[in-house]
Amino acid sequence: MKLEYKEEEILKILEEDARISDSEIAEMVGMEEDEVKEIISELERKGIIRSYKAVINHERAGIEIVQALIDVKVSPERNTGYDAIAERISRFPEVRSVRLVSGEYDLSVLVSGKTMHEVAYFVAEKIAPLEQVRNTVTHFLLKTYKENGEIYGEEEKGKRLAVTL
Amino acid sequence: MNRMSDRVAEKIRQIKGSGIREFFDIAQRMEGAISLGVGEPDFVTPWSIREACIFSLEKGYTSYTSNWGLLELREALSDKIYKETGVYYEPEGELLLTTGVSEASDLALRAIINPGEEVILHEPSYVSYKPCTAFAGGTPVCVPTSIEDEFKVQAERIEEKITERTKAVILSYPNNPTGATLSRKELEEIADVVNEHDLLVISDEVYGRLTYEGTHTCFASLNGMKERTILLNGFSKAYAMTGWRLGYAAGNKEILEAMMKIHQYVMMCAPITAQMAAIEALRCDEEVERMVSEYNRRRRVMVDELNNLGLACFEPKGAFYAFPSIQITGLTSAEFAKRLLFDEKVVVIPGSVFGACGEGFVRCAYAVSQYELKEALKRIERFLETMGISKNR
Repeated sequence: MKLEYKEEEILKILEEDARISDSEIAEMVGMEEDEVKEIISELERKGIIRSYKAVINHERAGIEIVQALIDVKVSPERNTGYDAIAERISRFPEVRSVRLVSGEYDLSVLVSGKTMHEVAYFVAEKIAPLEQVRNTVTHFLLKTYKENGEIYGEEEKGKRLAVTL
Repeated sequence: MNRMSDRVAEKIRQIKGSGIREFFDIAQRMEGAISLGVGEPDFVTPWSIREACIFSLEKGYTSYTSNWGLLELREALSDKIYKETGVYYEPEGELLLTTGVSEASDLALRAIINPGEEVILHEPSYVSYKPCTAFAGGTPVCVPTSIEDEFKVQAERIEEKITERTKAVILSYPNNPTGATLSRKELEEIADVVNEHDLLVISDEVYGRLTYEGTHTCFASLNGMKERTILLNGFSKAYAMTGWRLGYAAGNKEILEAMMKIHQYVMMCAPITAQMAAIEALRCDEEVERMVSEYNRRRRVMVDELNNLGLACFEPKGAFYAFPSIQITGLTSAEFAKRLLFDEKVVVIPGSVFGACGEGFVRCAYAVSQYELKEALKRIERFLETMGISKNR
């Protein structure tokens, strides 16, 4: 499936700012608001836009969450390859993302919990024992510097003069 | 002893300082102001370019370069120009790296002007062509353009101004401050006039990459125009590299040689750090694309909103400026800008700064974030309401 220019433009804008209004998008792209609405519902219906979520700096909010990146080595199955086991792991709500990767391991799984203990237990009890899982390595995340394209440090102030010709 | 100002050279004294320096100073210092008065990208230079520069410093690239600029950069630039415009410039002899387009335009004028020769330039336009022509001993001859022509200079208007003293025409499209662009056909009409009267053209195309409808036509790419054109361009606007001060001139070997003569004594060479960064910049097409699409989105918002607010604004197709009319307010453009600054803390540039025919308009740069853009427009709306001008919709 190939997207139209307008659809691509809308996706780019929403990827930057999911809270922008339809009328603002319409203005930016040079379209009617109704057309924007229609395209967005279509993109949602087709499952291209999956959801709209905020990028939250939990550390700054004082919210403690513990996350770990788990390298998972699995035995692929006849017919379904990696898909069946990847989908199975995906079903746990503790699992935030699952990706098939190249290299020494097969799946890269992001797991989220309240404490280190909770995350470690989850991996030991739910992931490691799965029949197709051969090996896991857990990397606890210590600090986030950039998430989803957003740099977490102090924002750099603009350095331009107010007037230049 | 006489006053020191009497000792300033006549030629320099005759050039008027900008009458609104004071307003600019206030704008520069005002806290909480949103500035639509900035003539440069709000983006910081893309990281890969900055990184290449840091790497070059670590490697110890801190020396002079050839007067012409680094050969590696000239070669890459020659390729790039050829790809974008179809015009080939030899890296050795037809391309000169300069300290910004500012230096390049000064060199071009000084290299070709004999005392008393005339240079035709269209207004409103960037502020330095007129004084630089005078510094070079020439006489600037202005062709006003108007909103009726969407600030496009007409070939006939240029022709009317030609005398036996006319040496060159300066073209600057996409235009600062109006955002106007010229189509290939319109440029060809100018080329015919230039040909017929045996003139040179200094074509400042620094905003060329920022063209939103159709593609930019390089003047030198027109039939027979490569020889007659001193093409000026640079890295400032497209690559968000204003502070690096790197531009270039491309054109006929003998003219470039003449420009180089001045350049080698006055500037020696463009800074090597900027040149090293520029080599990387030429590989950053995707970043440029990204910035251009973002300007384009803001452009639509700004032009739509200004029109909605009652400030009639023609559609600028290049650069990052909108040039709305403020005549509905009954104020001069300088008064408008001053009052908008004091009442609502928004900086815009009076059109009159760019030539008398810019009176009645203000330059609003949309090289600001979406957030600032919206906030500025809200403030302008409030400002207009106090004058009894209310929104159209």
